[in-house]
Amino acid sequence: MKMNGHRMAYLDNSATTQKPESVVRAICGYYGGCNANPHRGVYELSVKATKIYEDTRVKVQKFINAKSPAEIIFTKNATEALNLVAFSYGLHNVNAGDEILITITEHHSNLVTWQMVAKAKGATLNYIYLDADGNLSEKDIAEKLTSRTKILAVTQISNVLGLKNDIKTLAAQAHEVGAVIVADGAQSVPHIPVDVQDLDVDFLAFSAHKMLGPMGVGVLYGREKILENMPPFLSGGDMIEYVEEQDTTFAELPNKFEAGTQNVGGAAGLSAAIDYINSIGFSEIERIEKELTDYAIDELKKIPYVELYGCNSARDNKIGIITFNVKEVHPHDVATILDSEGVAIRAGHHCAQPLMNYLGQNSTCRASFYFYNTIDDVNRLIDAIKKVRTVMHLN
Amino acid sequence: MLEDIYTELIAEHSRATENRRQLPNATVKERGHNPSCGDDITLEMEISDGVIKDAAFIGQGCAISQASTDMMIELLRGKKVDDAKKLAELFINMIKGNITDDDALEPLDEAAALKNIANMPARVKCATLAWHTFLNAKDLELKP
Ligand SMILES: Cc1ncc(COP(=O)(O)O)c(C=O)c1O
Ligand SMILES: [Zn+2]
Repeated sequence: MKMNGHRMAYLDNSATTQKPESVVRAICGYYGGCNANPHRGVYELSVKATKIYEDTRVKVQKFINAKSPAEIIFTKNATEALNLVAFSYGLHNVNAGDEILITITEHHSNLVTWQMVAKAKGATLNYIYLDADGNLSEKDIAEKLTSRTKILAVTQISNVLGLKNDIKTLAAQAHEVGAVIVADGAQSVPHIPVDVQDLDVDFLAFSAHKMLGPMGVGVLYGREKILENMPPFLSGGDMIEYVEEQDTTFAELPNKFEAGTQNVGGAAGLSAAIDYINSIGFSEIERIEKELTDYAIDELKKIPYVELYGCNSARDNKIGIITFNVKEVHPHDVATILDSEGVAIRAGHHCAQPLMNYLGQNSTCRASFYFYNTIDDVNRLIDAIKKVRTVMHLN
Repeated sequence: MLEDIYTELIAEHSRATENRRQLPNATVKERGHNPSCGDDITLEMEISDGVIKDAAFIGQGCAISQASTDMMIELLRGKKVDDAKKLAELFINMIKGNITDDDALEPLDEAAALKNIANMPARVKCATLAWHTFLNAKDLELKP
């Protein structure tokens, strides 16, 4: 792929990943050969579409080791999955005086949602802040996770700092005080093996487009017992059992939460994406990303005018995401200059404004890797960064 | 291409400090920001008898937004509000690529140096922020 006349170094994988040919072919194959409305027709084509959709559900179930396919709900993205939890679980289980606990590193999709629930119910929204190395403060966790906490919502990997949170321990701590734990897996599921039974999380949300799949499909994992007691999120076709003029009974899981015609083409793409990831394997994915991340941090640390965020933590806790600034140059100018060298990074607040405030930054640059990136991509990043101050007439 | 954008002139304006202050007698105060980019400025103007007696700003953002704001302030200071509005419209049309003729852009003076932003869709908002903020300002016609 070319960008501004250069072979592109695509380093914005936390925003969305590129798609392998097999994923594109799976989507084309669906629309070219099997397109029909799933669940609704008795004819062969509709049965085929239903099979693609339901097979993908089972594939996702195995991918994150859920107990049953009923626990896998397709949504449009991680954001919709988190909103489903907030509106369907949060609004019905949080009451005045209760507390919701989140972390200062949350993406707006796992933050604004809880603000809304807290406001609507008269509950308090509390934050876990960070230690000097960027990891969640143990002290805050101990003090703020109490019997008043009804929901603990935490990202498994921060999309700004790239630091991994210990979800398994947090889940145990949440359950001890009677809270449910909602894990945002948008940045973890594509990069590390995630086993919902081992982690013992109650909810997990992620997006297909950040893991080689298409945009427009996301997943909510929910513990079956909890999902069963939740009211539907959206209502309409496919999520009902019987509808009378004044009353409706709802479909069983997972259809109760999948109102309207679903994204079967997207599911076909996600299925191919999971196959692709499995064919490479997480140990290889983690090995490559760690090599790239370690190399990039080491090289960036040699440049005196580059400031790094979240790069002082133990390295085995950091994956694939490097956030930095070039002194005296605004991130958007850095991104424009890197773009002219064919290096694609992200600049801005990364949908995490409270974290930016906490770090004392208005915005930052972010380079994020996936397994298809190379050391050459990192070298291109470093070389381009070294040109920035010259272009800005600062040297 | 990049050299046409990040010229020395624009670098200087982006770091200039003379116009970065608050006005004691401001009659107009308007905040503008680009949520996507984080550029955030507050424009202050002292207007009397339909003339911009003084203008200044505070804020932060990328070099393009900051240089553009600084240049706008220098251009509009001393101008009649009506003429200033015409200049802002001319500038926005230049950045949109609607007006490219150098003679037609002459009234913009140094601000015409931002013409090449028209080729950078991702940065158009940065360049036009101050000018839209000015045009959006309430009380522009207010007589003290
Ligand atoms: C940590 C995190 N959570 C949630 C999201 C939201 O993902 P989406 O925009 O696909 O819903 C993102 C992606 O931007 C993210 O990085
Ligand atoms: Zn800008």
